[in-house]
Amino acid sequence: MSETPHIKMLEMHDVAVGTMHDPEKIVVKDVNWTVAAGEFWVIAGEQRSGKTDFLMTVAGLMAPVKGNYRFFGNEVRMFDETRLAERLRVGFVFEGGQLFHHLTLGRNVALPLQYHRDLTDDAADRKAQPLLELMELSPLAGTLPAGVSRNWLKRAGLARALMLKPDVLLLDNPLHGLDTRHAGWWLDFLDRLCRGHEWLNGRPVTVVATADDLGPWRSERRRFALLQNKGFRPLGSWNEMESAADPAARELPGAPHLD
Amino acid sequence: MRKNPASAFQLFGEHSLRTAALPKSYTDLLGRKLFLFLLTVQGLGAFALITLGVILKKSRVARNVIWPRIRQEIVRAGVGLLPMFLFVALALGFLVVGQTVSWMTRFGANQYIGTVMVIVVVRELGPLLAAMLVLARVGTANVIELGTARATGEVEALEALGIDPVHYLIVPRVIGMAVGVFSLTVYLIIGALVSGYLWAFLQDVPLTPGDYFKQLAESLGWLDFALLALKTVAFGFFIAIVTCYHGLAQPLRLTEVSQVAVRAVTQGIIVCVLIDALFILLYLVA
Repeated sequence: MSETPHIKMLEMHDVAVGTMHDPEKIVVKDVNWTVAAGEFWVIAGEQRSGKTDFLMTVAGLMAPVKGNYRFFGNEVRMFDETRLAERLRVGFVFEGGQLFHHLTLGRNVALPLQYHRDLTDDAADRKAQPLLELMELSPLAGTLPAGVSRNWLKRAGLARALMLKPDVLLLDNPLHGLDTRHAGWWLDFLDRLCRGHEWLNGRPVTVVATADDLGPWRSERRRFALLQNKGFRPLGSWNEMESAADPAARELPGAPHLD
Repeated sequence: MRKNPASAFQLFGEHSLRTAALPKSYTDLLGRKLFLFLLTVQGLGAFALITLGVILKKSRVARNVIWPRIRQEIVRAGVGLLPMFLFVALALGFLVVGQTVSWMTRFGANQYIGTVMVIVVVRELGPLLAAMLVLARVGTANVIELGTARATGEVEALEALGIDPVHYLIVPRVIGMAVGVFSLTVYLIIGALVSGYLWAFLQDVPLTPGDYFKQLAESLGWLDFALLALKTVAFGFFIAIVTCYHGLAQPLRLTEVSQVAVRAVTQGIIVCVLIDALFILLYLVA
């Protein structure tokens, strides 16, 4: 499948986002946003600004409270089994990895492929092996999540989301709680995914990540948006953000300053 | 249609009912309890139907993943409990069968021994005791495991991977428990009847094994076998439904897991007793 840029991957019109705990409570409203193929978006927001709920809605895990949301040009329908193939084109990486505690790291990574292709344990392990090696997870493949540090749990969560080779990758605060070496690895790896990684046969992945600190994300290639006061504002590239002199954006840690 | 994974397993309004200020009159309190009861019945019924639907609809989906999990659950809710059931069968034989046999012989009511055994052990005590033990040993673990999985976001992770949580988490448990309770009841009944004779024999009751088992065989009808199978499968199914429902439906926070576990066990006992009452009616009618 070869996607050329400017194909609309995700489109939101006047979307309002509820919360997981209370679907009626609105945390973000009036979202108008379009993500084109191959773009790398960073959604900045402070703690409790609704980043996770927003991303869950983008992933199709929650229905928007109101508004119109399209995946790959089609209206999103919750829990519609006939649209499963379409939903699997979106990979979701949870903030803490959210691995299944009863499965080893290796099985966690292999599970999505094993379930959807109905593979035996051995066959699934063989398919997951190259990905585990690529992500330096092979030594931990036989360990249960309880015995692994947060750095590696998050990385296994990323591997699990990549197992089905998605077109769009959503990451919930991926750099949060990582040590410097791991954070550097993530930034580099996500850039490689966005440009086209060998694991995905060189096909570029559209990346949407949330962040509470903009500093590490500084790059001309990425696009930024802000979640604040129940609003969603696309800010454009780093340079545009700098020249826009948006006072709200500058309150975030690591945001560009006008000197 | 379900709106999101959270509300899919939610008792609508139950949380607000539980947390609202205490009502001022007894009638209000009674009314609230009644409402909670009705909401729970509704939730359990819906959950049972959803689970049945998934069992039927997805019997061919991801067999390589689900079947090993079903095997695992059968081991957990069946094979793994065998040593305990051996002990309980011995005790049941001693407490009930031994006593009854020896007393009935004293009154010369030997000809009724088989009938009494069948009514007490085969129809009532055996299945109910097996269900209670499985509820205590495996049901509680179910609520806690699922409650933790829900609270730590594993259910959302399954949804994100396009895996139906009911198919992956609930179906193996329901099938495992239904098979587990059925098989364990059979072992428990056989164990209790045999050990009962042993205890009676030790008390010098003048009864040959041949007579004892002949009486048992004569008082058992085909209906006993059919209803026993139905009843134990129903016990297993509903224990699994009640415990899984409470594990998945409610706890969004880790602190709620223990409260929910207590509630699930209580409701599990009530459901088992209600099913038992229903089957007594069936026995009386048939």
